[in-house]
Amino acid sequence: MKAFAELFDRLDRTTATNAKLAALVDYFRSVEPADAAWAVNFLTGKRLKRLVNTRELREWTALATGLPAWLIEDSYEQVGDLAETMHLLLPPGSGRASALGLAGLVENRITPLRDLDDEARRDAVMRLWQELDGSERFLFNKLLTGGFRVGVSKRLVTRALAEVAGVDSTLIAHRLMGRWQPTARAFQALIAPASEDDLDTATPYPFFLASPLEEGPGSLGDPADWQAEWKWDGIRAQLIRRGGQTWIWSRGEELMEGRFPEIEAAAEALPDGVVLDGEILAWRDDRPLPFAVLQKRIGRKKPGAATLAKAPVAFLAYDCLEWNGQDARETPLFQRLQHLDQALAAAAGLLRSAAVDFQRWTELDTCREGSRERGVEGLMLKRLSSPYRVGRTRGDWWKWKVEPFTFDGVLIYAQPGHGRRSGLFTDYTFAVHAGDELVPVAKAYSGLTQDEIDRLDRWIRNHTRERFGPVRSVDPVHVFELAFEGIQSSPRHKSGIALRFPRIHRWREDLSVGDADRLEDLKRLLDTRQRQ
Amino acid sequence: MNHLLRPDAGGLYCAAGDFWIDPLKPVPRAVITHAHADHARSGAGEYFTAREGLPVLAHRVGDGGDFNAVDYGQPFELGETRVTLFPAGHILGSATVRVESEHGTWGVSGDFKRAPDPTCALFQPFDCDVWMTECTFGLPVYRWPATEQVVGEVLDWWQDCIDAGRPAVLFCYALGKAQRLLAELADRAPRPIWLHGAMQPLTECYREQGILMADTQTVSEAGKGYKFSGDLVLAPPSAAGSPWMRRFPRHSSGFVSGWMRIRGNRRRRGYDRGFVMSDHADWPDLIRTVTDMQAERVITIHGSGEALAGYLREQGIAAESWNLRATLSRSEPA
Repeated sequence: MKAFAELFDRLDRTTATNAKLAALVDYFRSVEPADAAWAVNFLTGKRLKRLVNTRELREWTALATGLPAWLIEDSYEQVGDLAETMHLLLPPGSGRASALGLAGLVENRITPLRDLDDEARRDAVMRLWQELDGSERFLFNKLLTGGFRVGVSKRLVTRALAEVAGVDSTLIAHRLMGRWQPTARAFQALIAPASEDDLDTATPYPFFLASPLEEGPGSLGDPADWQAEWKWDGIRAQLIRRGGQTWIWSRGEELMEGRFPEIEAAAEALPDGVVLDGEILAWRDDRPLPFAVLQKRIGRKKPGAATLAKAPVAFLAYDCLEWNGQDARETPLFQRLQHLDQALAAAAGLLRSAAVDFQRWTELDTCREGSRERGVEGLMLKRLSSPYRVGRTRGDWWKWKVEPFTFDGVLIYAQPGHGRRSGLFTDYTFAVHAGDELVPVAKAYSGLTQDEIDRLDRWIRNHTRERFGPVRSVDPVHVFELAFEGIQSSPRHKSGIALRFPRIHRWREDLSVGDADRLEDLKRLLDTRQRQ
Repeated sequence: MNHLLRPDAGGLYCAAGDFWIDPLKPVPRAVITHAHADHARSGAGEYFTAREGLPVLAHRVGDGGDFNAVDYGQPFELGETRVTLFPAGHILGSATVRVESEHGTWGVSGDFKRAPDPTCALFQPFDCDVWMTECTFGLPVYRWPATEQVVGEVLDWWQDCIDAGRPAVLFCYALGKAQRLLAELADRAPRPIWLHGAMQPLTECYREQGILMADTQTVSEAGKGYKFSGDLVLAPPSAAGSPWMRRFPRHSSGFVSGWMRIRGNRRRRGYDRGFVMSDHADWPDLIRTVTDMQAERVITIHGSGEALAGYLREQGIAAESWNLRATLSRSEPA
């Protein structure tokens, strides 16, 4: 645990990419493979299944410190991170468990918590609190409460591993996909020299992600070099057909076994050795249904007949990453699209995300403006000669989204943020007029500059009306322009509506509360969408 | 209970003695606990302050004032009260104030700490009926490591910067913290330490009073094009992100403050390193001091004191929280 804590400290103490890379390389070279495997697991954003809930952790902190529960809450409100709050409140530890490796801690001390009764679990956690100190204890708490961010991207971890292994980082990214498990053997395989058959048959390819196109496509050159497609509002997925078996992976690298039986059934007709990239959508009568319909399917591990009928889905394929069992990612897009057509010719149940026909960029403007009526988010632009790259590499894939909806809302509640924004009021609730009332319609966290956040934070502190735990109600004075992507009716909300991806566009200091929008204005958007 | 002191003019007013403690507005007669700007302002008719604190106070509020230097532990009469200043251990010449009167004895802290500090006298407790305590770090998450350990961390970081040939820019408050660091580093600094211009005169004030500190140079005296490789530079937090920082390419930055106990505070401000060293009492010392002062009643001031007051009440001590700043919006002093 000591080595991992030192790695954490080194990563946490610099913003320089090269220094972080060096810290990662030093760590992977010096520790046991089993420890390195768990470090890869956590640094790439994977978490342990939650074994202890936060209510218990708070109670045990109270027990270990003798502090009243309300004081622990007050402290948490100021610190903004429960794992850190507990660490700071607990009495200094002995550091005796510091010799334990990361794998030893996880496998021998944390995972076994699952099989203990409440009391034994409490004792086991409290013992570790006594035996760890400093960053080690903070990290232990982080592992217990979920994931942690240390300012390293998955890409940076991949680069460090590639340097250690002496292989290309795209190969490391590929090896890390899918069912990769944090074991010593898996770590050794991860940093092994390149070979033909070191991948599990279920392993997906790393996804290629598009970058936002901020200004129009005019700067992209000759339109003939580009393919345009609709940008679907669904779940990005990879469909694998190998050795007579089918796997569907989400972009979050979750295996979606059994969740979309209609797609799995359709995929059986695919030739063997084919991997398709595409989008899962709720779909009926040749057009997408609202994302809210798809949401009914997302959480369902085994959907029943009624759900299948109410929320039918389809896979819209737009790329072919493997053909005839061969990795096709290096071949240009126009060739991959030919493979895609061949693959889909055999599997009628899978759909093709068709190209949008255009000769000149100006024609695309018109297409994009019609996005909302089609139920899509805008357009994708892909360079026909480009390979299928890894991650968010700029240049060949662009997403050109339609302008978001906007409305003017009044700030009515604020709550402190977490992590980097701990102790600052950065989580806001906005309301619109409904009769004589202000009804909350959206929560938003992002979109202000640091200066604006600081200024608003001071204002909130001086204009608090009431406190409800960490939440404060404030004088309804400030109006903000908020953007959002979609709207749906929601009986769970007082306003009767729920907005998708609300975020702050700008602080409208030129507007007063009376100028804010009315709930009817928002509901009118709902009506037009539901009429379609 | 009769209030010997009440909030006024951003500080406290004592009617029985007709004086103010740490007022933020001009008043006829002010007792000043220490020279930080949130406690000492210019414009008072008459100042009373600890002898060791006078040079710094005069530097801060201007020489024009009518200053009375008072020795620690030596009572003096103001109106119908007897006032005594005791060392607060916060910065050079900082004091806590004991006010004795027929309404009882009140103790008033400006800011204080209990940890030893080579630049000032150690905090000295005294008995009182009512203890008005600062509460800057009034939550149990605030617990300071030993000074020696933190000084070691600063030196290790400096050494890393020397090895990497980078400037080490350490942000800290210009009055008190900077001099405390210079004193802690007096016989351990491997080379002279550079000071931001705002720190130089205050550091001279300390030197003139015989405080032993590491050798310093002012950044403005450095030759054009000098790179500060491996040099330690002390600067006030206000310099962070200013054009002045362009003098230190590739620097590593640190901040010395109790606020650095919380990771988010450091990360939000973008410092590479946070060093937890404060001139304020931490939570255990706030509680210990309440016990040491033997007070029946505690009033928290300076900071968000609701949590400490609530905790003390649960321990059976009469405690409340006063907001002195609220009196600033009133138009007239009492």
